[in-house]
Order: sequence, then C-alpha cells, then structure tokens
Amino acid sequence: MKLNWTDYLEQHKHWKWLYTPFTEDTDTVGERAVNSILNALIMISVIVVMTLVLVLLYKYRCYKVIHGWLIISSLLLLFFFSFIYLGEVFKTYNVAMDYFTLALVIWNFGVVGMVCIHWKGPLRLQQAYLIMISALMALVFIKYLPEWTAWLILAVISVYDLVAVLCPKGPLRILVETAQERNEPIFPALIYSSTMVWLVNMADSDPEARPDPPKDSGLPPPGLTLNETYADPGSTQADDGGFTQEWTNSRNATLGPMESTQESRAAVQALPGPPAAVEDAEERGVKLGLGDFIFYSVLVGKASAAASGDWNTTLACFVAILIGLCLTLLLLAIFKKALPALPISITFGLVFYFATDNLVRPFMDQLALYQFYI
Amino acid sequence: MSAAVFFGCTFIAFGPAFGLLLFTVAGDPLRVIILVAGSFFWLVSLLFSSLLWFVAVQLGNKANAGVQHGLLMMGAGASVLLQEAFRFAYYKLLKKADQGLAAMSEDGRSPISIGQMAYVSGLAFGVASGAFSVINVLSDSLGPGVVGIHGDSPYFFLTSAFLTMAVVLLHTSWGVVFFDACEKRRWLSLMMVIVTHLLTSGLTFLNPRYEWSLPLIYGLTIATGGWAFLTAGGSVRNVWRCVTCSRLTPTFWSIQLCSHQLRIDGQSQHSQPLGSDLLAFSPLPPPPPPPHTHTHTHTHTGHWCPAPRRTRGEHKDSDCNYLLHVSDWVFVVKQTAEGPR
Repeated sequence: MKLNWTDYLEQHKHWKWLYTPFTEDTDTVGERAVNSILNALIMISVIVVMTLVLVLLYKYRCYKVIHGWLIISSLLLLFFFSFIYLGEVFKTYNVAMDYFTLALVIWNFGVVGMVCIHWKGPLRLQQAYLIMISALMALVFIKYLPEWTAWLILAVISVYDLVAVLCPKGPLRILVETAQERNEPIFPALIYSSTMVWLVNMADSDPEARPDPPKDSGLPPPGLTLNETYADPGSTQADDGGFTQEWTNSRNATLGPMESTQESRAAVQALPGPPAAVEDAEERGVKLGLGDFIFYSVLVGKASAAASGDWNTTLACFVAILIGLCLTLLLLAIFKKALPALPISITFGLVFYFATDNLVRPFMDQLALYQFYI
Repeated sequence: MSAAVFFGCTFIAFGPAFGLLLFTVAGDPLRVIILVAGSFFWLVSLLFSSLLWFVAVQLGNKANAGVQHGLLMMGAGASVLLQEAFRFAYYKLLKKADQGLAAMSEDGRSPISIGQMAYVSGLAFGVASGAFSVINVLSDSLGPGVVGIHGDSPYFFLTSAFLTMAVVLLHTSWGVVFFDACEKRRWLSLMMVIVTHLLTSGLTFLNPRYEWSLPLIYGLTIATGGWAFLTAGGSVRNVWRCVTCSRLTPTFWSIQLCSHQLRIDGQSQHSQPLGSDLLAFSPLPPPPPPPHTHTHTHTHTGHWCPAPRRTRGEHKDSDCNYLLHVSDWVFVVKQTAEGPR
C-alpha cells in the first residue's frame, strides 16, 4: 500500500509547495543542483527559525501558546491529513465509499488519537498513534519534496541536529537544560517513549539485595533495548503504580509542523523523574523524538519511491537506520546525556541508499535473472 | 501470478524463518539486536561483493555474454567468501560483546550464551540473504503476467521460494556450526562450512534444471541441519525424550538449602528447616566435584553423601538425591526437570 502511494506521489510531482519554490525539472544538471540547494536552504532556515521561536516561548514560559500550537497541529494531522490519505487510498484501489461512513471513521480515529496522545491511553495504542502520525507527516514530505532537495535536506538536517543538541549555545541544548533546571519534562508531547517503567535488574532476587540504579553506580544500564519491557508489578515496589501513571500523563506526543521536530529530538535521554519515594524505579525507557521518526521515514520512503522500484534499496536503508539507532543508543548508554538521534542513522541510510542503488541492485538483478543464489 | 502466487511463495520462502523469529527471537530484546546487527553485517558483505563484481564488469568485455556469465559466477563465488569472512568478523564482535555483557551483569555471566548468539546470527544472515534474493521476485509476482512465456520454466516463482527457504535454513545451520568451530578451533569444520556454502551457490548455477539443483540443495540443507543439531549438543536420545514428553529428564541439578546444623557445646542440633531457596543451574557432571553456587559468599568445599531413602520435598519425580555438607550448612542436591528460571 505504501509503495503504491509513493508511486502516486511521484506521478504528481508537478504540485508545488510553498517551502520549496524552486523546481527541479530544469534543463541542466547544474541548474537542478542550484535549485535544490536553494530549496534545502529555505526549508532549513524555516526549521531553524521555528525552533528558535519555540525555545523562546518555552524560556519565557508561554506554555499556553505552546500547548495550543501542539493541539492544533495534532488535530490537523489526525483529522485532515488522514482524511486526505484515506481519500487517495480509496482512489488508488477504486473503493466506493460514502461520506457518512468516512466521517464516522475519521471522527473515531481522530478523537481516540487526541485522547491517547494528549491525555491517557494504553501504551501500545499511544505508540501506534505516534507512529501513524509520523508516517503521515513523512508522506507529506515525500510527496512535496523533490528528489535532490530531499536528500540534501536530510543531510543538512542531521548536521543541524548535531550542532543544535551538542553545542553549548545550540537551541535544543538550551531547551534541555532549561527543562532540567525547572525539573519538568521537556514537553508533554512530541516524544515517543519505549516503555513505562523499566527496571535495571529484572532478575528474581530480593529487592533489598538489588544493586543501586546504574545512575548512582556509574555502570551503564545493561542492554538498552529497542523492544518494550514492562515493569512486572509483582517485582516492583507498591508505589511504582503512582509513578507510572504520572509519567504516562507526561508522555503525550503530537506533532507540529516541521518546526516542532527539533525539540523532540533533544529528548532522547531519559528525563529526570519526580523526586521522593521512587528512587528505585526510575524510568529507564528510551525516549525518541518524533522528528527523528519522521526523518527516518522520509529516508526509507524516498528510497522506496525513487529507487527504480527496487525493494532491496528500501530494505538496505531500513537495516542501516536500525543499526544507526543501535549505535546511537550505545552512545547514549556511554554518555548518558541528550544525544542527537539523526546523524548516525541518516549517514548510514544515505550511504547505503546510494551504494545499494548503484552497486547492489544491478548485481542482485543479474543473479535473480539467472536464479543464482549467493 | 497475482495475490495467490505472492502469498504462497512468501509463506513458503519465509514461513520457517518467521516461525523461528516469532518463537525464539522476538521475545528477547538482546536477540533482536543481534539479529539486526547480523543482517547489517551480511549487507555490508553484499555491498563489497557487488562492488567487486561491478568493477570486474566495467573492466571486462561488456558485449560478450559468455564473459558476463562467467563474471557473474565469479561474483557469486566471491560473495560467498566475503559472507563467510563477515561471519567471522561478526563472531569476533559478538565475543567481545559477550565479555562486555558478562562484565556488566551481577553474577559475572552473560545473559546470552555463545550458542544462542550463533543461532541468532545464522538466522540473521539467512533472513537477510533470503530477503535480498527473493523480494524483488515476489513483488513482481503480484503484477500481471505469464511466467515463462518465452520458453523459460513456468515454475520460476515456486522454485525461487523453495530455494530461499533452503538458503534461510542453511545459513542458520552454518551459523551454529561456524561459531562452534571458531570456539573450539576446529578449522576443518570451518572449511567444511565454506565448502558447503560454495557448493550450494554452485548448485544454483544448475538452474533451471531444477530436478538436479533442488533435491541436492535440500539434501544439503537436511544434512547441514543435522550437523548443526549435533554440534549444538543434540542427540537422538534428546529427540526421543522430547517426542515422548518424558518428565524424567534429569538434565539439571538443583541445590536446596534444607537445614542449618548448629554446633552448640559439642552437641549438634538441627534448627528449623529454612525456606528453600531453589537455586537451579545448568547441567553439571554428577558429584563429586561440588557444583557452583550463585551466592556471593566464598565457596567452601564440602563432602557428599547419599540422602536417606525417605522421600523428601515435593520433587517426587526426581530420581537422585544427595546431601552436601558445607561447613554448618546442609544442602539437598536433586536432579530436577526444571531448568534455571
């Protein structure tokens, strides 16, 4: 379904977007290169400006404005964009649908999404919704960004991410530090969390004999995982329940327009939990910003759309991004501070995309032609 | 063509792999990471081998089909050798990671054994190899068309799917055997793995003469699977026990703290039996040598004696009891069916 959708988008390239006014249907390669560089610069400057606006709003405690912004953007995504997407899916598969059914479906989908993301909901459902809105956002990018512009934007935004999170004057670093000073979660939105409470020591031993949480002992938490683990209620202290609920409330996520993706990427590290009763059961789950999801999806989506209809390239990019994420998590375990999640994954993804498209694809095509297996 | 062929071939090709993944890998995050990293290593090996092939093709005679065919075969052979080289590199990486995991855990043992890592890495290589080989074919099978309209074999999709399944299973077995050979420094086994891989790839050169390639490759798959099973510690006896669901499988020893023997003024008294902390651990040779305990106290050497005949505890199905006296403590050592939790 996704591949058909991206084919459809490629066919409608003539649609223009306000953020990328320079066309790539030029006569010479040089012109195309220049246009794509200009497009990328425009997009990046929009993103940078919006990030700065957001950081300033946060610094001067204009929480209402930020919340309103996030709610409006998630409403837009959950209702309007999904309506458009469903419309295109029905057109592609020639499915007859009436407006009443569609309205009912979209209404339910949207409302449950808003509740899950901004308020409370089962963890899996919340994660599913976050993934769905990231995918929708990525589809918007894939649809409207011309090819060279997309690759350039991906490259530049990983550099920007690196700079913004690690440099002392970077906006995202300022955001993270301000949030830590005020001892509050970075944002009640925009973050994908992999778990509720994840204890370091899941072995079946006495709670008294359990060693200190790694933060105190300096050892990295063993095995930062990509999967979720639930805290077994039987093995935790009784007051973990309250901590978990509280933490769930703070873990809503939505998605603004591309500007809001930046601060989400800053929240990779587990945030400082509320103090007092529950030092044992600190949250150890991995948090990933939704912006990272979006750009990973853009990479894989562009790879599947632009790579001569080849699945090998898509698979290769997928594996490369996963490995980049593994490495980032490893670095997170070592350094224990907010890290940019984009650079390593996007670099691997881009390298593997171009290498697979140009080198591996002809080789595998020839092998498949003669039915040779390696 | 179309949906029936697509789904059929997908399930043939990836059914066993999917089952193996679902039941053995998906639940454990560490294994998932090893799986993904394994696929990455295979992918890098593929990248290098396609680079090699690409360079050779550019340098060679593009017009001559025979030369191109030969270059393709050479490319395939080089790819096999590179895959095995990267398997070795992955083995080295996993050994290092194993040491790191052991250092980080509380009891000094890694949460995953090298055998399990061998299996998961073999599966990773298999899944990656199968996916890259067959996924374009599968996506083409969704569309309209007639297979073999120009005189080629009409069984193209079906045989591709079966070959992929064989390749997945073969890689899994090769992974197990390879790692074991590296662990025990059995270079002959290592060479056999490489030779069988080359042989498998070579047999696919016989396509589309499927009556030759398919049975031979499946014979090789079954043989390699059996070899891997034996390498991993399996035996006919184990299979028989598994099939008959025998409960008397005394593969584990459990040690149970039963009582504390006090010495007061030269008289020995037995206090109340303490709660049993059932510490179970991996298979051990029968006594004597005293087994490892998982406590952090220093080990005392004790002495063994058979327990009194009366039935003890709730493990009615155990068939062997010993008493182990270690200083003031008395342990009851039993063979149980349950393994470590």
